[in-house]
Amino acid sequence: MSLVRAETRRLFRRRLTSVLLIGVVLVLAAFAAGTFASNQKATPAQVAAAKQEAMRQYQQAAADAGVQKLRCQAAAPGSAEAADFPPNCADIYTPRPSEFDYAWFLPETFDLRHEFPEMIALFALLMAAAAYLIGATFVGAEWHSGAMMNLLLWRPQRLVVLGTKLGVFLGWLAGATVLLGAAWAGTFRLIAEFRGDTGGMTSGVWQSFGLMGLRGLGLVLAAGAIGFALASLGRHTGMALGALIGLTAVQIGVYVLAGFSGLQFPEAYLVPLWGYVWLYQREVLEDWSCDGVTTGGGCMPETFTMTWQMAGVGSAVVLAVVVGAAMWAMRVRDVN
Amino acid sequence: MTPVLEISGLRKTYRSRKGARNALDGFDMVVEAGQVHGFLGPNGSGKTTTLRTLLGLIQPDGGHMTLLGREVPRHLPEVAGRVGAIVESPQFFGRFTAETTLSLLADAGGVDRGRVPEVLDLVGLRDRAKEKVKTYSLGMKQRLAVASALLKKPTLLILDEPANGLDPGGIREMRTLMRDLSASGMTVLLSSHILAEIQLICDSVTIISAGRRITAGSVAEVLARHDSGAVRVRLEPDTDQEEAARILREAGAQVTVETAGQLTVRDVTGPAQITRLLAQREIYLCELTPIAADLEDVFLELTGTTPVEGHHRQVDENALAASQDGWGR
Repeated sequence: MSLVRAETRRLFRRRLTSVLLIGVVLVLAAFAAGTFASNQKATPAQVAAAKQEAMRQYQQAAADAGVQKLRCQAAAPGSAEAADFPPNCADIYTPRPSEFDYAWFLPETFDLRHEFPEMIALFALLMAAAAYLIGATFVGAEWHSGAMMNLLLWRPQRLVVLGTKLGVFLGWLAGATVLLGAAWAGTFRLIAEFRGDTGGMTSGVWQSFGLMGLRGLGLVLAAGAIGFALASLGRHTGMALGALIGLTAVQIGVYVLAGFSGLQFPEAYLVPLWGYVWLYQREVLEDWSCDGVTTGGGCMPETFTMTWQMAGVGSAVVLAVVVGAAMWAMRVRDVN
Repeated sequence: MTPVLEISGLRKTYRSRKGARNALDGFDMVVEAGQVHGFLGPNGSGKTTTLRTLLGLIQPDGGHMTLLGREVPRHLPEVAGRVGAIVESPQFFGRFTAETTLSLLADAGGVDRGRVPEVLDLVGLRDRAKEKVKTYSLGMKQRLAVASALLKKPTLLILDEPANGLDPGGIREMRTLMRDLSASGMTVLLSSHILAEIQLICDSVTIISAGRRITAGSVAEVLARHDSGAVRVRLEPDTDQEEAARILREAGAQVTVETAGQLTVRDVTGPAQITRLLAQREIYLCELTPIAADLEDVFLELTGTTPVEGHHRQVDENALAASQDGWGR
């Protein structure tokens, strides 16, 4: 327990930890304030006016379609005018009232049910970036300054020391993420209450938000663990930052090579897409090369549905390899 | 006396693309309880590798080590609480204060944080305890390192170059501190290049070169083993220096004529024989001084690192390396 206490103190004594956490809170607060300021709750009068405008536009579109049908029917077959219309005048598009959503004509208003998932994703990505940096500097600076060597003189149990550091960091990161996430959800619930719409918020919707939040927490913890492990492998914070640049270069290379080699769905090899799919549950990738697959002269792309389970397994393998390598290196490499 | 530290046949080879290098080549060392033991060797001889291996920072390729009667590195966690150590240059996270640095170590080692002010006072950093370590001079960092080693009230204190960066006053304070700690029953293993200090402080020494022990024992024994028995003789002015040398050579002594009126005499049974032989021929002395070897002479002789005029010695050049190809194989 004494090592856990020491590592907790060390984590929060580090200025970068405080600076990054405060920075994240400020960015989130600024975003919430911007959302609050740029939205407003629609009054019954505004709703009535919007419905009226939607109806007016529908009627206008229906009238225009009627005129076009009359012109079509009046056009002599084979004439230049008839060429502007389909052979069968009944095929001319006729608008439906449902296609004119009155919400388009309302002032900007925050729809909790439809817009909050993007807020969860934003929160998770911001926290993941901070977690990566905090994790990397927490252990990277220790190695670089020689403080890790000092600690090992006191606790000559390498895996226990690195494991405790990682555990303490992830524990506090999980706590901070859950706490901030709850505050984030509460803030947007209030924004929707006062500057938006809370309609359709069934328990199922809240459950769906909760599950997305849990996946977001997983993303944050994985980013923190990978940043920590990379910096420990390289014994310097710079290793984790360099790995990010390296990953970008490798990803571009893989994407280009996959395209050249005719591999289908090269996007599936892009790690950022895994994060997206992990959060949003699925993404349909399309192959527009249309190798002989056509219908009526048009292209029917082949599709590949990437699910959050696939993204999760891929990410878990990467996480296990990186953290495992860091632990192995800690166990066998000399501390010079 | 009971040994608190025993090393036998310790081996460590560093491998790289340029080949293998034997940093430790069957090294042996014993440190008895309650002693201040000096650990000497030229740069790159394997001192720091030995200490790092002993403290679990480097994995040995062979050999046997015990600390406080327990085999290490297997049982190192059991004895680590009783071994205080600083290895090479002091290294700390620069943005923490000295107080925070030590209190974090105290927490990690399960030591009462209340001891932090005590050790900071002991090494003279009490008034600078709340300043960030990055603002410290090398000497102050060295003091902090010693404080961190003393924090656990160790039974065995291992100090690698503790006087690095210290001012003359600091070196003297460090010497006094070592003596006090030894007097309190603590065993101190002291690695240093300041040989005069070692000679003053230490009860015993081990000298290492090219990863091997080349001599060990009490300081007096080591010096005695390498005592040449030479005596410096200064004759009265206007004495026939050559005649005096001849008389002594006839008696079996080796005589070197130094500056005017001065001889260096070896292989005599004692100073009394010199005075008697010369007085019999009415040659009188005004000075007769035994030339005692000091640790520096012994060190330079044994390690083969005596400077030679016009030759720039490389770090891997020493007596053992030259004869045994200990490096760069």
